[in-house]
Amino acid sequence: MKEDTSRHTVLSATDLAIGYKKNKVARHINFALNGGELTAIVGINGIGKSTLLRTMAHMQPPLSGSIEVDRKPLDTYTPQKLSSKISMVLTEPLASKNLSVAELVALGRQPYTNWIGTLTEDDRQKTEEALAALGLASIRKKKCYELSDGQLQRAMIARALAQDTAIILLDEPTTHLDLYHKVQILKLLKSIAHETQKTVVFTTHEIEMAIQLCDKMLLLNGTDNPFGQPCQLIEQGAFEAIFPDDTVTFDGETGTFRIKK
Amino acid sequence: MNNFGTYRRPFTFLALALLGSFLLNIGLGSIHIPFSDTLNVIFGGTASNSSWDYIIWNYRMPKAFTALLAGSALALSGLLMQTLFRNPLAGPFVLGISSGASLGAALLIMGSSLLSGILSFGFLNDAALAVAASLGSFLVLLAVVTVASRVKDTMALLIIGLMFGSMTGAIVGILSYFTEAEKLQQFVYWSFGSIGNLSWPQLALLATSVLIGILLSVFAIKSLNTLLLGENYAQSLGINLKRSRYLIIVATGLLAGSVTAFAGPIAFIGLAVPHLTRQVFRTTEHKILVPAVLVYGAILLLLCDVVAQLPRSENVLPINAITSILGAPVVIWLLVRKKRMIF
Repeated sequence: MKEDTSRHTVLSATDLAIGYKKNKVARHINFALNGGELTAIVGINGIGKSTLLRTMAHMQPPLSGSIEVDRKPLDTYTPQKLSSKISMVLTEPLASKNLSVAELVALGRQPYTNWIGTLTEDDRQKTEEALAALGLASIRKKKCYELSDGQLQRAMIARALAQDTAIILLDEPTTHLDLYHKVQILKLLKSIAHETQKTVVFTTHEIEMAIQLCDKMLLLNGTDNPFGQPCQLIEQGAFEAIFPDDTVTFDGETGTFRIKK
Repeated sequence: MNNFGTYRRPFTFLALALLGSFLLNIGLGSIHIPFSDTLNVIFGGTASNSSWDYIIWNYRMPKAFTALLAGSALALSGLLMQTLFRNPLAGPFVLGISSGASLGAALLIMGSSLLSGILSFGFLNDAALAVAASLGSFLVLLAVVTVASRVKDTMALLIIGLMFGSMTGAIVGILSYFTEAEKLQQFVYWSFGSIGNLSWPQLALLATSVLIGILLSVFAIKSLNTLLLGENYAQSLGINLKRSRYLIIVATGLLAGSVTAFAGPIAFIGLAVPHLTRQVFRTTEHKILVPAVLVYGAILLLLCDVVAQLPRSENVLPINAITSILGAPVVIWLLVRKKRMIF
């Protein structure tokens, strides 16, 4: 991969602690993410992957430490300003499944539209590009309740893409999908990151796939949270420590987990 | 992705239907007036019988305008509630907003023995009734929203609305138990719902609050569309959640509250019309839905009123009974046909 001079730190965290007042979930989180990189956040259930994602999107405050977007503290952004920097794909279901795919994707243009939400020519074009990029042009008129899980997830990603932000955060984008569609979504994310120079971050339980596909990984374990390229993390033996070792072990040679007999 | 142009045909149809039902509403009543005379009077002429002039101008016209305003306002408030609460079963009646208005009206009518000196029957009293009912609906709405921000489950929200409804109902019950017969009668008549008792000045007052409500809703269109994704997504799209929520609530309170104040609680228009509209306009875009529900709601209430008058008979049925008898089956039919109500 050739080095891009425009590549710089887009999203970073320094000694970040996240969680809720009574329940500190994880601390000492450090990372620096560049444009054009696909990053996975992994860790066991309840370790705070979604909380971290929400904190990165300024939907909840950090307990301590700092997050910077484009080298400026996150809390200096107004919600309006931030909406043109960070887009999200969440696990929560759509409130209205009656939206058509095209309507859903076009809603991604909201931060740029006027007071009543009129789409300009530019907005329409960006919507079309997002639909085309995710292969949704043929089902653009379908309602969301008619879509399969994989199609719906692609539509949600297209909406985030239409929002035209430097950073896309996705919360478990591959849950409920079969192996084929999991790989499809992850490869799509990778090509989005590499081709559009966006910073794409997602939480996942698919550690083995993430090792194969991602540029960087953040392993949340609640204490030191190793961060780096997957191969580096394997060398450090970071994956062995993710799960309690009474059930599974990690095989560094193949990058896979084995069930302990 | 939708604009007005795509929907020119249904809108033209709706506009014609509105005109038709408005004329039908004025043309029919307990006294038979030839249709040519009715048209004549509406367009500035005089009827062949001068008492017909009087009936049309001072009875049928205000009533038709009230039906038009009330239908539009209730339908729009239903749409606002359904989108805000992301719940297809939301509506001014279900969420206890109408009961809140009832409570306000009850406190004023039946509790007014305490302030009897201040309130003389007249314009001030009507304004006071409107304010009291609107305040009542606001308060219940605020209470529902406060609780709603704590419970995420939309089903729980409906139950809370129902609970508030029965609570206000109970207070109204206690008030009625202790009040004088004459005041009780006044309140009972109010609660039947009637759109036939408004004078032109009262109508002007109703029109003003409904127009303000519509205007606020227009300013909420963008956030309404974004709320279709859910609150977290709306937030990530830069929408000021708190402000849009209050904007929508104030608009709903004005729309449902003022109508309930002047015309009494009218059921099902708010719940059913948004669904009927979505059947015709297959879109979720509020730029289309807002004007569509306004017209649709007006047509429906005008037609319900035609039925309620039992043309050519002496009797007039309570409008609330008609909307319920017609509305409930519509909602059931929608539920059965679509398996689940999608909004």
